Parts: sequence; C-alpha cells; structure tokens
Amino acid sequence: MTGQPRGWTVVCPLTRLDPGRGVAALVDGVQVALFRTAANLFALDNRDPVTDAYVLSRGIVGSRGEVPTVASPLHKQAYDLRTGDCLDLPGVAVRWHEVRCRAGLVEVRLREEA
Amino acid sequence: MRQGRLVVVGNGMVGQRFVDALCARDSDGRWRVTVLGEEPRPAYDRVRLSALFDGVGAAELNLHTPDPRVRLRLGAPVTTIDRTRRVVTTTADEYPYDALVLATGSYPFVPPIDGVDLPGVFTYRTLDDLAAIRAHARGCRRGAVIGGGLLGLEAANALRLLGLVTTVVEFAPRLMPVQVDTAGGALLRRYVEELGVACHLGVATSALRPGPDGAVARLELADGGRVDADLVVVAAGIRPRDELARAADLPLGRRGGVLVDRACRSADERIWAVGECAAVDGTCHGLVAPGYAMAETVADRLVGGAATVPDADTATKLKLLGVDVASFGDAHGTTPGSLDVTFTDPATRVYAKLVLSDDAQTLLGGVLVGDADAYPTLRASVGQALPAAPLALLAPAGAGPGAAALPGSTQVCSCNAVTRADLDAAIAGGAADVPTLKACTRAGTSCGSCVPMLRQLLDAAGVGQPRGLCEHFEVSRQELFDLIRVRGIRTFSRLIAEYGRGDGCDICKPVVASILASLGTGHLLDGERASLQDTNDHFLANLQRDGSYSVVPRIPGGEITPEKLIVLGEVARDFALYTKITGGQRIDLLGARVEQLPQIWRRLVNAGFESGHAYGKALRTVKSCVGSTWCRYGVQDSVGLAIALELRYRGLRAPHKIKAAVSGCARECAEARGKDFGIIATDAGWNLYVGGNGGFRPRHADLFATDLTTEALVRLVDRFLMYYIRTADRLQRTAAWIEAMDRGLEHLSAVIVDDSLGLCAELDAAIAHHVGSYSDEWRDVLEDPARLGRFTSFVNAPEVPDPSIRFTEERGQRVPARAGETGNQQPVGLGMPQVRR
Repeated sequence: MTGQPRGWTVVCPLTRLDPGRGVAALVDGVQVALFRTAANLFALDNRDPVTDAYVLSRGIVGSRGEVPTVASPLHKQAYDLRTGDCLDLPGVAVRWHEVRCRAGLVEVRLREEA
Repeated sequence: MRQGRLVVVGNGMVGQRFVDALCARDSDGRWRVTVLGEEPRPAYDRVRLSALFDGVGAAELNLHTPDPRVRLRLGAPVTTIDRTRRVVTTTADEYPYDALVLATGSYPFVPPIDGVDLPGVFTYRTLDDLAAIRAHARGCRRGAVIGGGLLGLEAANALRLLGLVTTVVEFAPRLMPVQVDTAGGALLRRYVEELGVACHLGVATSALRPGPDGAVARLELADGGRVDADLVVVAAGIRPRDELARAADLPLGRRGGVLVDRACRSADERIWAVGECAAVDGTCHGLVAPGYAMAETVADRLVGGAATVPDADTATKLKLLGVDVASFGDAHGTTPGSLDVTFTDPATRVYAKLVLSDDAQTLLGGVLVGDADAYPTLRASVGQALPAAPLALLAPAGAGPGAAALPGSTQVCSCNAVTRADLDAAIAGGAADVPTLKACTRAGTSCGSCVPMLRQLLDAAGVGQPRGLCEHFEVSRQELFDLIRVRGIRTFSRLIAEYGRGDGCDICKPVVASILASLGTGHLLDGERASLQDTNDHFLANLQRDGSYSVVPRIPGGEITPEKLIVLGEVARDFALYTKITGGQRIDLLGARVEQLPQIWRRLVNAGFESGHAYGKALRTVKSCVGSTWCRYGVQDSVGLAIALELRYRGLRAPHKIKAAVSGCARECAEARGKDFGIIATDAGWNLYVGGNGGFRPRHADLFATDLTTEALVRLVDRFLMYYIRTADRLQRTAAWIEAMDRGLEHLSAVIVDDSLGLCAELDAAIAHHVGSYSDEWRDVLEDPARLGRFTSFVNAPEVPDPSIRFTEERGQRVPARAGETGNQQPVGLGMPQVRR
C-alpha cells in the first residue's frame, strides 16, 4: 500500500458530528479521530501515543493560544488538531489526515507518513 | 565515627519535638536515641487536652510518629541519674548516655489545703486525669475549679461540658491574672458568668470538706463563704519536675527548674534540659512555644550547631468558653515609662490595650478580649515600630494594615520561628497558596493564628489574588459559579463570549459543566453541554487504561439484597466484565466497551439499580457499618442514616469527588473520619466530622458538631456541601478547602451554623432543588434515542467493536492484555516516535 495515493472515504453526514467534540471512525482499518470545531474539521489518528490506547476522539476539544487542540482523555496532554504535534511533550506527535465536507458528508483521506 | 548514646527523659510535647528536631537534623546518624517516658502512652497534645470533652478522641491528640532510629520505652519513669558513671536508671533497667536531655515537664501545684486528698478532687494535666474526671462526673451535679487562670478556665469549661453547674474560685482579684489586666479581666468575667459559670475572685479556698460518702462535698472560702461541689479540680499552677536533677546535685533555678544557659545546657556539660522543667537563665516557662524553641536549640547543639534560645515568647491566644482572649509582650506595662492605649466597645463587648514605649513609637505588648483578630499582626510587631496608628491596629478584622507592613525580620509564626523573610523566600520559590506555604515553611502548622497573615503575604506578593482558572478565564471557579448563577447563563458559548476568550479547554469546560450540573439545569448530555464533559461524564462511566470503561451501580450505604447481588453477577458474567469490590462498599464492573454501556445499564436499571456516579466529581458513596440493627455495640442505625444521606445527595456535582461514611458507635468501623463528611453515632445522637480524606495526603476529618439530632445533622451537611460547591476551587477536596479559609472551621461554623453571611436560606433552597429534581442519568440516556446515539464504537461502523480492546485472563477473570499480548491489530504508524511511559 505504501506509496500509493489513497482515495477519499465518505465517513458520515456532517450532522453526526457535534461542534466541540470528536468521534472515532474506521477508515481502511485505521482508527481515525474526527473533530468538528466551530469553523473546521480535523482528523488525527485515534491512538494516544503515550498510552497506546485508542481514545483521542474522546478528548476535550479547545484552544491553546491560536492553536486548536484536543486533550487526551487519559493523561490530558494537548495535541494540535492541525498537525498532530503534542504541545506538552516535545518530539511526540500523532499522524494527521485530510478531511473535508462534500454535500453534507464528511470525507477522510489517510495520509502516509514520509 | 562512633554513634553517641542519647537518652531523653520524658515524652511530652517538648520531649517529642526535641526528638523530631534531632532526627531531622541528624542525617549522618551520629546519635542513637532512647526515650524514656513515664506515662504509659506516647506524646500527645496536652494543649488541646480539653478537646476530649468536645468529643475529640484521644487518638487525635497523638503527636508521636515512630522512627526506626528512636527506641521508645513507655511506663518507664527514671529513678536516678548517676553522673559519674553516666547512666540513668529506671525501676527495670539502666541506660548509659553520652548526652542526656531532661524533658520531664512539670507537675500540677496542689496547695496545702485541708481535704485536697479527698476522693473527687483532681488535677488537670494528663489523659488519665481527664478520664478520672469524666468517670467521677457521672452522677455529680456541681463542680468547682480552684484557680481562674488559663488552665482553670479550661477545666471550668470541661466541667460545664460534662453537665455540671460550675464555680471558679481564684485568689487573685481577676480571671487570668497573668495574661490580662483589670479591665480585660472584668470583661472576661462578664462573658464567663453569662455562660453560667460562677466566679469567686480575690478569695482563697481554706478547706475542702467531705460529704457522708467520704467524697468531697463543698469548699470553704477564706471570707467565710462556701461553695457546694461534688467534683473539684485544682488548677493552681504548675511546678517544674526537677527532682532527678536535684538528687543528682545539678544546680537549680531560684524558683526551681534545672538551671541551664541559653544553649539549654546544665552545669554538667553532658546534661541538657528543655521545656517546663528547664530554668533558662533562672526562669521557667509554662507555655509550649518557648519549650519548642529550647527543643530546637538542643537538637542543633547536638549536631554541632551553636544555636541559643531567643527571648521567650509568652504570647497567648485562646478561645476560652467561646471568648477570644489574647495577650502578648509586656501585657502589663511593666517597662518603665510605657504608655497604654486602651479601647473599649461596650456594644460589641471588645476590650483592647496596647502597651507602647515612652515615645509611643514602639509596640511593647497588649491585651485583647472579645475579639482577637488583630492578634497575629500585633504579636509579630512587638519590639518594632508601630506598623500603623494604634487605633487602626485595633480596627475590626480586615481593616488593619496587615502583614504586608511588617519588616522581613519579623517572626510571623512564633510557634515555629518563621520570619516574614522566610515566607517571602518560599513565595518567591513558587509557593502560591496557603497549604503550600504551610508545608514548605511549617508556618501556621501549630496554633494556626498566623494563617491570615500568610494569606496577606501571598496577596502582597501578588500571587494570593484569586487566580484565573486557565488561559480562557481570568476569574476563579467561585466567581464563575456566581456569574453563572446570578446572570442565569446556561451555555458555555455565551459564558466564554461574555467573560472569557478562545475556545476553552479541558480545564474550564468540565468546570463549567460541573457548575451547570450543580445548579440543576438539565442533563449532562443535552445540547452543547455534552461537548463540555470529560470522557467519564460523557459516557457516564469510568475510562480505563485500555480505552474500556467501568460501570459502578449505586448500592446506597453498602446494603444490597441477594436478588440484586445475583443480577450484578449475571450481568458481569454475560458481558464478561471483571468484578471487584470497591473501598466504598459497592461493586465495580470493568472492561465494558462504549457500545455495551447502554445494554449493561438496561439490565441494571430494570433490576432497580441506578448510576453510582463513580465517574463524576460528585457524591460517591456513604459507607456504613451495620449499626445498632445488628451490632451488639451499635448505638444508632448507621445503615439507615447512610442510605438516607446517599439518596439525598446522589448525583450532586461538586468541585471534586465527595466521600462520606456513618459509624454506629465510637469504634468507627465505617472509617468516617477519613471522609469529606463523616458521622459517628453517640448515645445522644450524631457527631459530625468534616474535611477528611484518604489519597495522596491522608487527613482525618475534624469534629464539627456534637450530639446532633438527625434533622439538625442533615441541615448542617446540606449547608456544608452547598457552601463547598459554591466556593471551593476546581479539584479542591473539602480538606484543602477548609485549610485555605482564614480561620478554617471557625469560619465554616460562622457561615453554616450562625449564618454570618446570611447565606443559609439560599444554601438550604439549593439542596432542596437538587433533591427535588434528581433523576437517574443512566435511565435518562436509555429513554432518549439522541443521547443513545453517542454510544457507538465507530461513527461509520457501529457494528464493529473497537479491535484495540483485547483481554487476557488472570485469576479466572478478563483483564486488559498488555502490548505484547494484543497481536497489534492496527497498522503501525511509520516513523512514530517511541515514547517511554
């Protein structure tokens, strides 16, 4: 699979996402955490890299300065929703994925790591 | 280096403080310590002895913590000191020493009056004395105390609490003659007499006479008067226990006591004396603070230091029979040329006197009766330039200049010799609240009178101001609570638009969610509110390390029928949940996936269970013992009360979890004193304790009210909880909340008993609203398809269970599989950083 561009996968209607909250989705066997904020959609791996549990979608969404964030529900480290970078632990990050809304449907395209 | 043999004679407050101080300093173990105590029990807080009559248990007064470096021999009075062989002898053994510390304390002085040896006449110094008084008081009607000093008034209060009609006889013309002046004494007398304690002042007791049973029946006074009393306490002062030193030919002070220098060393360089038995430069001190200073001095000397004791601080502040009395410095104006400034307010019945130097520039001492709020600042200012005009210093609490005006060298905490400079350094080093400041400097940890000054110093440094909750709100949790309540705000988006900035975070969102829930404004998962909840509240279950959840149904008071127990077993078996009994007397079912939660709840709710709120910052459980229904020792129905309380407060959201317990007798099998609120049955009703917790920093709850009826108890708990919910900081348990209050329990009592803030009606109404609007959060989800929709594994594949939740088996049950055992079901993200946990 590596190296081949992946296509967009329709996940759910936009109305299934509550502003300020995440949900988990299964895209090509990968657990993805989808988040909706007031103005944007974001997608990260659902796996919390610190604990190995698949729970990031259940974290609280918010902001730190200008950065939109989600806090891991287990130990509260914050992640940048745009890049997956952990704001509390240097060098820790989760993968981010492309996400868009077309005709009222949320679509995700998995992003390969370089 | 050879280990020295250090023998300490006496295990009272000062002896124990000495051992603690030495162990703290002696990090390279140069001393092997043996402590020989005369009493059969280790050191206890003699200053608080009278608290026993307020319902406090003897165990709470304990001051002794075992240390492996210290050998403690109790019930081992020393009979001789052999200075030549350097050996002390008890009746059973010999103890050689290289250094000997005498901490033998003092004994109560009993004047040679006819009849002082009659049955029914007691002294007031030890736990045994108090036990004997309590035992004899049964069946007695009248009590008398010989001596109207500090100890005499304590004893009078004790007799009053035992139900005796009480009289105080004092030879001096006023009460507390050592501490207060004539005018202060007169006001004090009025307060004391109003409490029903009669005072005979300026008269000596000439004899005690027995009744027909041979026990004491009356006092005869020198002026011909008589006082009927079938229990008499002699509190006529104390004398140093110096008989060992005397027999060993050590020089004594002119009025007794082991004569020592400022290093507390006696004429024999290997023998030291500390506390009430020591005469420093010839003077004995009967207060604990100078004794502690001596203990610290000798500890320092024994590890090579050169400490000397400072001039003794004889300042006193106490609440006697409900009256604040304080005296400090040169209270009687004995300094030549000194000036008095007095202030008397007959309306509020406050008397204050300041003694100033002849140029009126320096504070020398003072007396306060009726209101001692100014005491901490004044005491710390003795010997210094007046921090403000005299009348401003005596102004009501809060209006004075406070601690910020004090110079750095001022001792703010005299008990533990902590200066303002020490406190400023701790604040600069990061101590940002009163509990932290207490922990890192020990200031405020003994008598507590300087705690308001700690707060003021934090304020002065700019860190004690109410700090914002997080980057999104500059106000504290308490202020947010009031804003939401008073402005009727019901959504986070409106709140942050009007009073905050940004989008919120995992700190402020759950706080607002909790406040909205405390105010009883609807279900946790309704509308926008769902997005504010921490995952536990969002799924009404407790998130575990592997992403699964646990389910804890409520089992009020720990009482459960066999039928319900069987249902729990069946549900656990059918969903293959790991089962464990919790510390709060209920059953935890672990390992449920989110989509299983509603199915599990449905089974439980159908069987009559409801949410136990184990996931919430809310009331958890009210634990109980079986109580008088079954137990042969029980005196009240602890199970019945526990169930009633648990049902009353179930679901009540708070700044942190709330735990409670009810014990059916003083044996305390429910461990109520480890709880936020704990109740212990008495013959007459219930004792209420508040502010306990287990956890990281265990703390016993403090006695708050005694012998309450059930109705009065419930009213107090109502107010306690609602006041806590309204005013505590985020994640602040009740213990820390009370500790952070100026004047702690006293303040709490003023607010919820005396209604000093006029809040009680509101607090009562808020609890009534909670009780009336409670509904089970699990049932509410099951009945609402919109809420149920959140409980899915994957939004696009609800039929697929989360493949990352994998189990292995341990001791016959399912537990989360560790990484190596899961056979990782997920594609591993390439280039993922390795994180060490």
